[in-house]
Amino acid sequence: MAATDSTRLRVAIRFDDVSFSYGDVTVLDSARFHIHEGEFAALVGPNGAGKTTVLKLLLGLASPSSGRVTIFGKPPRDQLRSIGYVPQHASYDPAFPISVLEVVRMGRLSGARRRFTADDDRAVQRALELAEVTDLATRPYSALSGGQRRRVLVARALAAEPRLLVLDEPTANMDAESEDRLFRTLGGIKGQATVLIVTHDTGFVTSLTDAVFCVGGRGTGRSVIKHEARPVDHDASELYGGHALQVLHDTELPDDACCHEEVHS
Amino acid sequence: MMGFIPALLNPAMPFVRNALLAGILSSLLFGTLGAVVTVKRISGLAGAISHAVLGGIGMALFLSARGILPGLPPLVGALVFALLAAGIIGFVSLKARQREDSVINAVWAIGMSVGVLFIAKTPGYADPMSYLFGNILLVSTRDLVMLAVLDVIVVFLAWRYYPQIEASSFDEEFARVRGVPTDAVFMVTLAITAIAVVLLQTFVGIVMVIAMLTLPAGTAGFSAKNLASMMLGGSILSAVFSAGGLALSWTLDLPAGAVVVVLAGAAFLTVSAITALRSKRRSAGGSAV
Repeated sequence: MAATDSTRLRVAIRFDDVSFSYGDVTVLDSARFHIHEGEFAALVGPNGAGKTTVLKLLLGLASPSSGRVTIFGKPPRDQLRSIGYVPQHASYDPAFPISVLEVVRMGRLSGARRRFTADDDRAVQRALELAEVTDLATRPYSALSGGQRRRVLVARALAAEPRLLVLDEPTANMDAESEDRLFRTLGGIKGQATVLIVTHDTGFVTSLTDAVFCVGGRGTGRSVIKHEARPVDHDASELYGGHALQVLHDTELPDDACCHEEVHS
Repeated sequence: MMGFIPALLNPAMPFVRNALLAGILSSLLFGTLGAVVTVKRISGLAGAISHAVLGGIGMALFLSARGILPGLPPLVGALVFALLAAGIIGFVSLKARQREDSVINAVWAIGMSVGVLFIAKTPGYADPMSYLFGNILLVSTRDLVMLAVLDVIVVFLAWRYYPQIEASSFDEEFARVRGVPTDAVFMVTLAITAIAVVLLQTFVGIVMVIAMLTLPAGTAGFSAKNLASMMLGGSILSAVFSAGGLALSWTLDLPAGAVVVVLAGAAFLTVSAITALRSKRRSAGGSAV
């Protein structure tokens, strides 16, 4: 991307010297990174590295011990309507009676609002189409395969018409067809929304990725480091919806190397 | 003995009509609240609250009989203990989940034990069994009015906050990200459950309230398409079990509360078995193709 273009990019997610601890255990130590609006970013790291903590901080589900997290220039709790979130939802109750349509409509939920409008219905239909699950709309959620359920959760997040889409381990236990459809969906919205995929796969990321961030050890606690990624051409590519990028863990890109971002008013 | 229908129509036996009305009114609570308790998987919490109620009943009986607080109704003591138990359990569930199991069991056991101790030291005769297993034939008009008021409140809250209840029960983390006050939904659910337990224990007793909060809604859940139909189905099934159990208990001269719960339990187990068999056949058919 040309430097003149990058200087105009606005920041979607910013972690400004963010630290976080559970009691005496430091999980994040002065993490400093930012992701531009419209970018497709991957946050990688092994299990237990602190990815979930980063996720909770940017979703406003936890507050930093020190430092500041901003989403589109504001605290996360003020930007919840701009965020679409796809959780792992690994512990769902298979006996919960609910249809796919009702699950996706949850994406339009806002605070204590009760009624859903015609605009909400249109957004839900559009999200079902984008995630390629329209034909599943009337089926019980519990009757779906794991991959189909994950795509329904993507549709639920897209129903919010988010400016920022956050996906937590979106391809975990997913069959190849569902994974292919998922990356097709994400490719379709790339550029229209900022996308952040969180994954424990530290080796490779999808070719849709613009920036890779790794939650890893540094000093006494942990921080978030930006790495380079380069295209690879081997079997692993098939698992990432096309050509994969290999994460170069021996590289470290400084947080301020890319641009001088516009400040959100 | 007079048959159930003639007894129901007999002007000299208003307690039979009251019992049937109580059964029908409590069905709305069992169905609506029971569906929420079931899908939120908080039946253990509701169980602890319902058993802790005995502590309040015992304390009220003791204070009243000793003349410390003359005329204090057991219902007031039960309500205080139920809300206290709901507050403790709710706080621990939200703030220290790793201790949740221990605290639930502690509230459950201490509540009951305190009740037994107070009743033992209460002058005169007080039978804990009547509180543990209830007696629907003792339901008063005042009980019916309170049940009706609670029905209206619960049905209104379920209607008004249905999307929030559904979302926070299905996926609490996602609901929080959508701005739903999930902690408030949880605490209000516990508080309403506590109040309902106090009123409903008159009907089926402390021990059986928890069964009626889970069995009819659980049975309806097997065929329900969504949470609303589970609430409706649970209410209808609960009304059928209540009326049927009452008629059967009258005819066979058995305790009404126990008969109602046995009916509800038998229906739940039967539907569970049928559903499991069907599911097994479907998967066998699928693997044979």
